[in-house]
Amino acid sequence: MTGSVRFVLGGRVVEVRDADPTTTVLNWLRANGRPGSKEGCAEGDCGACTVVLGDLAADGRVRYRAVNACILFLPMIDGKLLLTVEDLAGEDGDLHPVQAAMVDRHASQCGFCTPGFVMALFALGHDGRAAAGGLTDGAIHDALAGNLCRCTGYRPILDAARAVMAEWAEDRFDRAEEGIATLLRSIQRDGPLAVTRGSASFHAPRSVDELAALFAAHPNATLVAGATDVGLWVTKQGRSLPTLIHLARVRELHRIGEGAEALEIGAAVTYTDLLPVLERRLPELAALVTRIGAAQVRNSGTLGGNVANGSPIGDSMPALLALGASLVLNRGGVRRELPLEGFYHGYRKNDLKPGEFVERIRIPLPRDGQRFATWKVSKRRDQDISAVCAAFLLTLDGEGRVAELRAGYGGMAATPARAPALEAALAGQPWTADAVTAALPALDQDFRPMTDMRAGDRYRALVAKNLLMRFLLHTTGAELASLEAAHG
Amino acid sequence: MADGGTIARKEGAIHPIRGGVHRGIEHESARKHVMGAAVYTDDIPELPGTLHVAVRLSERAHARILGMDLSRAKQAPGVRAVLIHADVPGDGDIGTIQRGDPILADELVTYAGQAVVAVAADTLLQARAAARLVDIYYEDLPAVLTAEAALEKGSFVSPPLTFRRGDAAAEVAGAPHRLTGTLEVGGQDHFYLEGHIAYAIPKEDGDLLVHSSTQHPAEVQHAVAQVLGRPMHGIAVECRRMGGGFGGKESQPAQIAAIAAMAANATKRPVKFRLDRDDDMLMTGKRHDFFVRYDVGFDDEGRIQGLEMDLAGRCGVSLDLSNGVVDRAMFHADNAYYLPAARVTGHRCKTNTVSNTAFRGFGGPQGVIAIEHVVDEIARSLGKDPLDVRRVNLYGGPGRDTTHYGMPVEEPEILAELMDRIERDGDYRRRREEIDAFNARSPVLKKGLAVTPVKFGISFTVKHLNQAAALVHVYTDGSIQVNHGGTEMGQGIHTKMAQIAAQEFQIDVERVRVTASATDKVPNAPPTAASAGTDLNGMAVRIAVGTIRDRLVAFLAQHCHTTPDKVEFRDNAVFAGNHAMTFAEVAKLAYLNRVSLSSTGHYATPKIWWDREKCEGRPFFYFSCGVAVTEALIDTLTGEYSFPRADVLHDCSGTINPAIDLGQVEGAFVQGLGWVTSEELWWDGEGRLRTHAPSTYKIPTSRSLPEDFRVALYTDRPNREDTVFRSKAIGEPPLMLGISAWLALKDAVAAVGGHRLPVRLDAPATPERVLLAVEDVKARDMKARMGAAGG
Repeated sequence: MTGSVRFVLGGRVVEVRDADPTTTVLNWLRANGRPGSKEGCAEGDCGACTVVLGDLAADGRVRYRAVNACILFLPMIDGKLLLTVEDLAGEDGDLHPVQAAMVDRHASQCGFCTPGFVMALFALGHDGRAAAGGLTDGAIHDALAGNLCRCTGYRPILDAARAVMAEWAEDRFDRAEEGIATLLRSIQRDGPLAVTRGSASFHAPRSVDELAALFAAHPNATLVAGATDVGLWVTKQGRSLPTLIHLARVRELHRIGEGAEALEIGAAVTYTDLLPVLERRLPELAALVTRIGAAQVRNSGTLGGNVANGSPIGDSMPALLALGASLVLNRGGVRRELPLEGFYHGYRKNDLKPGEFVERIRIPLPRDGQRFATWKVSKRRDQDISAVCAAFLLTLDGEGRVAELRAGYGGMAATPARAPALEAALAGQPWTADAVTAALPALDQDFRPMTDMRAGDRYRALVAKNLLMRFLLHTTGAELASLEAAHG
Repeated sequence: MADGGTIARKEGAIHPIRGGVHRGIEHESARKHVMGAAVYTDDIPELPGTLHVAVRLSERAHARILGMDLSRAKQAPGVRAVLIHADVPGDGDIGTIQRGDPILADELVTYAGQAVVAVAADTLLQARAAARLVDIYYEDLPAVLTAEAALEKGSFVSPPLTFRRGDAAAEVAGAPHRLTGTLEVGGQDHFYLEGHIAYAIPKEDGDLLVHSSTQHPAEVQHAVAQVLGRPMHGIAVECRRMGGGFGGKESQPAQIAAIAAMAANATKRPVKFRLDRDDDMLMTGKRHDFFVRYDVGFDDEGRIQGLEMDLAGRCGVSLDLSNGVVDRAMFHADNAYYLPAARVTGHRCKTNTVSNTAFRGFGGPQGVIAIEHVVDEIARSLGKDPLDVRRVNLYGGPGRDTTHYGMPVEEPEILAELMDRIERDGDYRRRREEIDAFNARSPVLKKGLAVTPVKFGISFTVKHLNQAAALVHVYTDGSIQVNHGGTEMGQGIHTKMAQIAAQEFQIDVERVRVTASATDKVPNAPPTAASAGTDLNGMAVRIAVGTIRDRLVAFLAQHCHTTPDKVEFRDNAVFAGNHAMTFAEVAKLAYLNRVSLSSTGHYATPKIWWDREKCEGRPFFYFSCGVAVTEALIDTLTGEYSFPRADVLHDCSGTINPAIDLGQVEGAFVQGLGWVTSEELWWDGEGRLRTHAPSTYKIPTSRSLPEDFRVALYTDRPNREDTVFRSKAIGEPPLMLGISAWLALKDAVAAVGGHRLPVRLDAPATPERVLLAVEDVKARDMKARMGAAGG
């Protein structure tokens, strides 16, 4: 074993030298005297393992984020503060306000999910909105969407959340912030992290050039950004990943370029970091992103991972296809730009060459007069995988006819894809219900969707068409036409 | 003479007790829950040398095992034992009522997900890796996969049973109106957050201590003893708490513990067997899905005159508890409604799928959803508000007070009272008008509204399970330890037991400690199930406490030269004649005077009997009732929906702990809502479950519950039966109120056709089912219009 992982836990720096690089944070905690965090699913879908990571924000303050410890590899928390449910109460046994509110409201029954809820609420309280008084009920749901409770029916948990957020005040972690920040600064690295154990290794390069060189030297390595998918390869498929290259410490990959006509998103930008930019520049996509995974997943997961992974049900791809996004790929320092729609060759197959990686994603913004929307349809609103996901970018000519409609779909084929027959059928047509209705059968030429546990083929085909009708209603503003609108 | 002192001297020590009965005190583990300090089975510090088990599951629904190659698994790193059925030292079939539940498959695999091979290794990862290395060679056999197919083929785990009253066929045929139809009702995975787990620790003489996450320690003990071929006295089973149970840990933990015990026995090492979530969902039983056929006759008001109903439950591959489950569906085919003539037949379909098991409601919900569907269909066929049709069918009125199995409904008024109140407090009539107006102006979004009641029978229908025991110790410092046969799965039974003991001894609840359920403290306990945990164990605790208290009274009367009627337990003290002593002083004094401070208590539910051969009797001690009104909002473009409001009113009269009972009502309602909405179990054509993790199986999240969720406890009618402090059982009944969400969705779909056309909406009403139902109504509406235009 060479190299060690350092993080702050229990008020001191912990240095781990002997862990396999794919040991999950949850398994490490539970094996090291902290069984408070629970395993409910080992796939990042139930939240019972939720812990909070703290790191130093650009302004020097400590920033707290909830993550699923069950699919997070231990070396990924190098340089961070790790807080678990055992840390919240004071040494005298005084409950943290989040914990006290949960007790007061009878918000636990079996208690197995409770540590996860406590940590999710702790992170929500610390994200600044509660103290600023700007926390909506929707934000509380968003913060808790990744935490399943099977006993309470959630009402008392929501009441506890509302109560504690309404009176959020400085807690002992705020008061200790300077000390925490000092500890964190003491373990920051200037250079890359490399941990090896036996034949397994984990590398966290700091610059894109280091990354390119490293990946060129180890083209069989697995790239990992947030591990919201790769984590499951280990926990669910039992795969061994001998060489891991972690993208999250590569500075350049965290950049978000905001141009007048396009956004450039570094491959390691998490959904959470991306959201404020999208809310400002591309709110339609922001609305969709809040339905990708849940808070814990968005705190780790990245748009780059969603794209590179290329799942047929990746939620962001239909939007990126409709908007005409392109990828900047890097291989050994040599870059090329490729339109996203040329990237996928088949089910989880893409155009990446050995040693090549996605460096950033370029998303053209809708121009004045263009209309854009994207919707996801799933069995459950939150933390679900889409049955069908669709995105549309509409350009009308001066006469109200369709100059161009770009339609991207997910869940309809082996890869996310555009709908060329539908697009052609509408080109030059008036943007009216009659014309859309007449064009819809063309979608059956574009896709022959499958039946699986998420939805049947007939439903998928129907929803794919109805979402275009929704887009028509949406762009013509005729009526109250969606659940979201009904709820204001 | 006792150093009793005067009341004035004891001030401070004498104060009204904290946490007696009828108080909404916090769950005994609440602080530990929020601190992560509550110890679940997987949190118990592991002993050195502990091994971990993983199992290899069958990928085939029905096949002969031609051979297995275990060599690669045996040679894998860390592996200490690779076990198959032939390695079972005792009897490896743990089917309790009927054989058919081998702990590891023997020659045949009979469902996809069945455990075939168990691997014990130094680490869990090693065990799982090695289990993957087992090669199993199969010869496929024909498989029966659905209840409907089993019904056609006559494939049953047990013969059908029929309840009859009158000549239902003749009444149906002679009624002014008649409807026939079918309904499919999906199953449900328990999705307790803590998966199955057992930790078996060898003791001397080959004895074992087994920590098991179980609702039924005695059954785990029995299974482990049987599998090892040892007497039960050498097996101790303990469970401090479960991370949820919901019926899924009633019979199912026996197999998990038996495999752990078998590996511990083989290796002489402590062995832990914790199921991964996917394995848990593939391997263990769920709520039975049902196929329902009905033929109903009714009058112009919608009053049922005769009902013929077939309830076919998919039991899976073995009997397990399915007789009780299907029977309970039959017992609840009336729900809250009087059936003057009825034939209700329960079919126990045998399929090559996992053996389905207990799940909160135990078949009751499937019976209730069937009759609620029928009543709803009656209302729609007559163009009446379903609430009105429900009301005319309610129990009550002359001659309308016995069930279709002959049991009197002794308090029928309660149903009408609950319905009156929900109609008023839920503002039903006004909202019905508002919803009609909304639907008239909203072509894409539609709203629906539905009221459903529940009347749920309380008692195990297997009579001998209706007993409980407790063991209570008073220590010389006045602290008290309570053990009872119930298990803590989050429902707060330990809290309630502590409250009962505190009340009876008149001491603060903090002085009572309820300890882990353990077969060596309270033997032969029935499962904590059937909503009866508090009713049964609460009485047993009360009896045990009463025995000790009686001893203390007799002793103090003599010791203080007074009479027993002058001895009073009150305010953390005991008053005997002119003397006042703290409870601790009394305990010490009694000990010094050689009075026993420990007692058992045993309780058996009175009045109940059931003759299953003749299908008659009084299977239930009493009924627990409630009602809900739910509003649904659907999107007719995608089938997605939400629930803007739900009002729930459940009878919790006499509640031991109103805060805990409110939690039970809310939690059960949302679990019921999940069952009928987003929770879809999906098998592929080969009989393999494809929704076996939270990524694919969707239980409610916080946003799934009604936005405006108003839950109230009805407390006007303490139990007419002599239950513990006249309380009423609460665990299961409110689950059925979630059915109102399903019927509200159906009502919203019906609005698409102006409530003129029938709607087919099976459960669960996923967005897919809702949209396809909408499309169906639209298509028939179009056809009707074209027909009208053409004619």
